Parts: sequence; structure tokens; C-alpha cells
Amino acid sequence: MSSSSPKLQIDPYERGWMYFSLGLLAAFAIAITVAGLAMGIQLPGFEQRVDPRTVDTDPNSPWSKPGLREVVPGKEYDAYILAQIWRYSVSEQPAQKELEVPLGATVTFYITSKDVQHGFLLQNTNLNVQVVPGQVAKLTYTFNQAGRYDFICHEYCGTGHAAMFATVVVK
Amino acid sequence: MSATLPNYTHSNSEKRFIGLHLFIGILALAIGSLFGPLQAFEHAGLDLYPYLKPLFQSYYQGLTLHGVLNALVWTTFFITGFLTLTVTHGLERPLRYPKLNAVGFWVMVVGLITTAIPLLLNEASVLYTFYAPMKAHWAFYLGLTLVVVGSWIEGYGFFFTYAAWRKDNPGVRSPFMAFASVITMLMWQIATLGVAIEILTMLLPWSLGLLEGVDPQLARTYFWFTGHPLVYFWLLPAYISWYGMLPKQVGGKLFSDSLARLAFWLFLVLSVPLGFHHQYVDPGVPTAWKYIHAILTYSVFFPSMLTAFTVVASLENGGRQNGGKGLLGWIRALPWGNPSVTAQLLAGILFFFGGISGLANASYNVNLVLHNTAWVPGHFHLTVGSAVTLSFMGISFWLIPYLTGKKLWQPRWANIQVWLWFIGMLIFSNAMHVVGLLGAPRRTPLGLAPYVPEEWSGHLLRVGIGGAILFVSVYLYVVIVAVTAFSKKQTASASEQVEIPVAEAMQDPTLTPVWLDRWTPWVVGALALIALAYGPQLYEQIINISLTSPGFRVW
Repeated sequence: MSSSSPKLQIDPYERGWMYFSLGLLAAFAIAITVAGLAMGIQLPGFEQRVDPRTVDTDPNSPWSKPGLREVVPGKEYDAYILAQIWRYSVSEQPAQKELEVPLGATVTFYITSKDVQHGFLLQNTNLNVQVVPGQVAKLTYTFNQAGRYDFICHEYCGTGHAAMFATVVVK
Repeated sequence: MSATLPNYTHSNSEKRFIGLHLFIGILALAIGSLFGPLQAFEHAGLDLYPYLKPLFQSYYQGLTLHGVLNALVWTTFFITGFLTLTVTHGLERPLRYPKLNAVGFWVMVVGLITTAIPLLLNEASVLYTFYAPMKAHWAFYLGLTLVVVGSWIEGYGFFFTYAAWRKDNPGVRSPFMAFASVITMLMWQIATLGVAIEILTMLLPWSLGLLEGVDPQLARTYFWFTGHPLVYFWLLPAYISWYGMLPKQVGGKLFSDSLARLAFWLFLVLSVPLGFHHQYVDPGVPTAWKYIHAILTYSVFFPSMLTAFTVVASLENGGRQNGGKGLLGWIRALPWGNPSVTAQLLAGILFFFGGISGLANASYNVNLVLHNTAWVPGHFHLTVGSAVTLSFMGISFWLIPYLTGKKLWQPRWANIQVWLWFIGMLIFSNAMHVVGLLGAPRRTPLGLAPYVPEEWSGHLLRVGIGGAILFVSVYLYVVIVAVTAFSKKQTASASEQVEIPVAEAMQDPTLTPVWLDRWTPWVVGALALIALAYGPQLYEQIINISLTSPGFRVW
């Protein structure tokens, strides 16, 4: 049967379009690869797992004392943030809604959730992550402009979702 | 040549069976679309939900109903009905086991009712992604499972019908529309394994109290195994119309039968193994796998580019047959007075923009500025909400008259209706894309959010205006098809009976290569690619499963 099978016939214009399409997609693939590897614009990846049931109470868990840790004074900070319905814990004071860092500081955020899924979108930056209970999201950003940067919850997490945000204050 | 075109007259009971699918699909669209403008108006600063309090408890309950009814129910019922028509007409024979398909249909209906009850009682306001560990009432998960199982059964019915045809017609090229319909259903069977495993091994036993906790990351991975090919399950039936019917409706021919078939095979192979592009910012998935899925996502763009060329070339053929001249004169010569045609042409134009914003979503690190922003619903209202929904509306303008023996009520109003959809969607989706780029989150009643900057407000107003126009359009649609179907005055005379449009191919389909009509290599290829692209990471997540998340009811 296959001996009599006709060959695939492609119109010359369509053949040209197919090459154009493949070229276009290859160009996009190169662009995201260069941006990822050479320019360092990378996605968050696997970091570590935690038990969401005890992540805020276990004394060995950094999220039992959420907040900012100074690694290199004035330069490098770790921020342990615990997402929960319907706020971010950014300090051991529940009412606290701001993290204050100096201008030029590099902050590494470690974010997890103790209940449902949440989101983390730091406005006007490339920091964007899904906050999944049981997983730790790690993101790093260097704040070279003074001002207030809100981070907002972008995943539906229940009745109070729209009110869930906190702020990085860069002075 | 014309002898090769399928010709089949459906019996009244077949027509009724297909029509029942459409009836439920359109009913779901009508109810689900009540909530669309409530969301859009809320964004524009007018929150009507407090006035609905006795009936509907919150924005999120409305959003869940809107997503489930419009994106899942309207599509699935319309598609199974439409594919029943294309399979039987294409193969020129009734369903092999009509009772099997009837069982599938009623399982879907029972599933729909089972899902609808907790949704309406605010016991399942978890949105249509139902991300764990938000826990809905068990009936919600059970109902969704039944809808999927019912669609599987209807799919088996198509496969048996195809096999019976093949037995009677060895060596004959399968008719394009039936061929494409069977591929669509086959892809669906493979794709839905993810969500089936998610619900049956975790969510359902957990919601019944048999399991203490779930693994939210693994649940996401299962969900998006199904979640992206779901998009192609919506889209491919529209493509069947664009390739196999629309050319006939505009007075032209299908430009390339071979490449139309190649596109469908590529969709079967490439639709599933790319779900991690929905999980680019998931903390529990290694970046290497995200990158692999990014490249595979670009690959599935190729058959859509093929489709763009073949469909536009077929339309051009029609426009020139109608006397259109010059580089673009053929566009004016298309039958824009036919609402079924206009709907699908406008659907194609909106899909062009949806394709571009989809490419941006797919582009790995570019996703960092888009993930879970208003850009994303802006995008999928151009795809499922326009390419698919507007095409289905256009199809129904001939399909409902065909099934009911009626004349389309007020074709000019139908034309106005589809233009309203086009204009409303341009306004709505553009505003959503822009405000998303500015940082507005999706799935959020922004009127209640304390962090909304002034610069968003103009765009949010446009969201409301677009939503209002879309609402008028969708209800005009519902009225037109309801009057068409149910008014005795619309009964068509013998000469006015509508026929199923079937496009002839420019090239004799018997000259299509045999390898485009062989199932085994493509199906094996699809399964192998899934095993390669998903196997290792899925295995990793499964052996490390941590059922540490109890359920939460947070609405």
C-alpha cells in the first residue's frame, strides 16, 4: 500500500510560511535562553520542603520568627515571610506590614504558606511566585531605587484575598 | 470530486440528541454569563454583589460559577454535541452504539447537576482551578469527575463508530471532519488522565474524609497536565469548522487537506507534554523542566501557525471566487452578511491577538511579569472566550436551524450580535492586558483592594465598559437561538432547509500521503513524548509525596 502512497505536497508559499514560523519560534527560544542564562532573568525553582502544619510553631523553623535577617549589614538581607489567610507575616509583630531595607540592599525572600495557596507579586519588579503550602519559594532582588514596593497576593485565597498585601520600604 | 464529499442525513432522534447537548451548553453559557459583568463592573467601581446577597454570597462564588459554567460546561457540552454531528456526517453512518453515547451524555448531565448544587449553595467557591488545599464539598469533585467520565464514554462511542467505518472501508482515506473529530476526542482522553488522577487519588477521598491531607504541589502538577490540553480540546472543534466548513461557507475550498491533517496530528502529539508552562513560578518544580516545557510550548505553536496560513488561504480562495480582486480586495468580497461567517472571521481576528499574548505567557522568563495578573484572563477571553465561543456561536447559526428545521431568527441582529462581541472583547481584553502589565492581580475584586494605584482606574473602567457590551451581546445571542429553536413561526419550508457546510479540498484527498492516515505511530509518539517530558518529574513528585495539607474552607 505504501509503495503507491503519494508524497506530501506543499504549496511554495506555505512552505515559506512554515520556514518563517520555525525561524520565528527559534528566535524566541534563543531570546528566552539568552535572557535566562546571560542576563540572569531566571524563574524560581525547587528550594526546599516544609511541613505547613508546623512551619509557624516549630522553633527550628525560620518562619516561627518571620522577618528580616541582616546577612551583610546594609547590603544583604534574608526575609522570611509567612503567607496565611489573609496577610503576610513579615515580623513577629502581627500588625507589622512593612519591611524596611536600605537603598542598594539585596534581599533574598523565603516565602511559604501555612494554609492555602497564596501569591507574591512585588510591584514594578520581576519578582513573581506562587506560594504553595509545603514548598519554599526563594526570590532575590536588589533595590536600587528608594521608595515603597507593595507585594500583593495574586492567588485567590478566600474571602479576605483582596486585602492581602505588605510593603518593602527602601530608604 | 464531489462524490468524495460525505453526505449523510441525520435522523430526527440523532438531531434531538445533538440538540440536547447544545441546549445544555447554551443554558450554561446563559447562566454563567450573568456573572461576567458583575466581575467587570466590580473592577470599574460598581460592586453589585452586596445586592445579590440572599442568592449569591460573594464575588468569588460568582467567579467560580462564571468559570465553571462558561469555560467547562458550555464548551464540553457544545463540543460533544458538535463532534457527534461531524463524526456521523463525516463517516456517513449512525453512531455504532447510540445507547453508549446516550449513557455518556446522561452521565455528563448527572455530573453537571451534582457539581451545580454545591456551587449554588456556596459550598464550592474554589474557582474553576480548585487549587488544593482549599477544600470544596465532595459533590463538586464527584460531579466534575462524572462530567469527564461522561465525555470519555461519548468519545468511546466515536471510536467504535470510526472502527466500524474503517472495517467497511479498508484503505480509504478517512474523511477529514471525522478524522479531526476522532483525534480531538483521543487527545482529550489522554489529557484528562491528569485531573482524573488528581481527583480520584487525592481530592475526592480527602473531601470525603478518607484522607487527612493532600500534596498541593503534586495536585497542581496533575491539574496542569490536563489544564493546557484542555485549551486545545476547546480550540480543535473550532478548527474543524475553520478548516472543514468555513471555506465552503465563503464559497471557497480547503487550501490543503494534507497540512490540515498534519496540524491535527501535531496537536495530538504536542498538546499534553507542556503543562509546566502554567507552573513557571511554582516553587516545587525545577527550572530545567520548566525550560523543556517552554520549548515544547513553542512547538505546539507551529500547528497553529499552519492553521493560520491554510485557513486564510482558503478564505482568500473564497473571496476571489466571489470576485474579490487585488491584494486585500478578497476580504471585502467575503460574505460578511452571513452571521455564521462573520462570527468565525471575527473570532479568527481576535485569536490573532490571543495568540500573541499566549506566546508572551509561554515565554519562560517573560511570564514573570504576567503570571496571575489580569493579563491572563485578558488572554483567555480572546482564546476560549472568542476564538472558541464566537466560533461556536457562528456554528450554531446554521447548526440550530439544521437540527430544528427552522430559519435563523433575525440574521441581521445575529450579525450585530457578533460585532458587539468583537467590539466588547477588544475593549475588555485590551484593558485587562494593560492593567495586568501594570501589576493588577487576576481573581481579585480590585474595588476592595487597598493597594490599587490611580493609574489603573482608567483601564478598570474600560474593563467594565467592555463587560457591559459583552453582556448585551451574549444575551442577544441567547434570545436569537432560543427564538430560532422554539418559535413555530420560524419553521422552514422544504426549500429553506439548511445543509451542513462541507468544504471540498483543492487537492484530491486521495493524494494525501498514507502516513497522514495511520494512527499507531502518532499515538505512540504522543505517549512517548508525554513519558519523556513528564515522566521523570512526575515520578519525583509522586515518590516524594507529602500529604501534609489539611483542607481549608476560606470563603
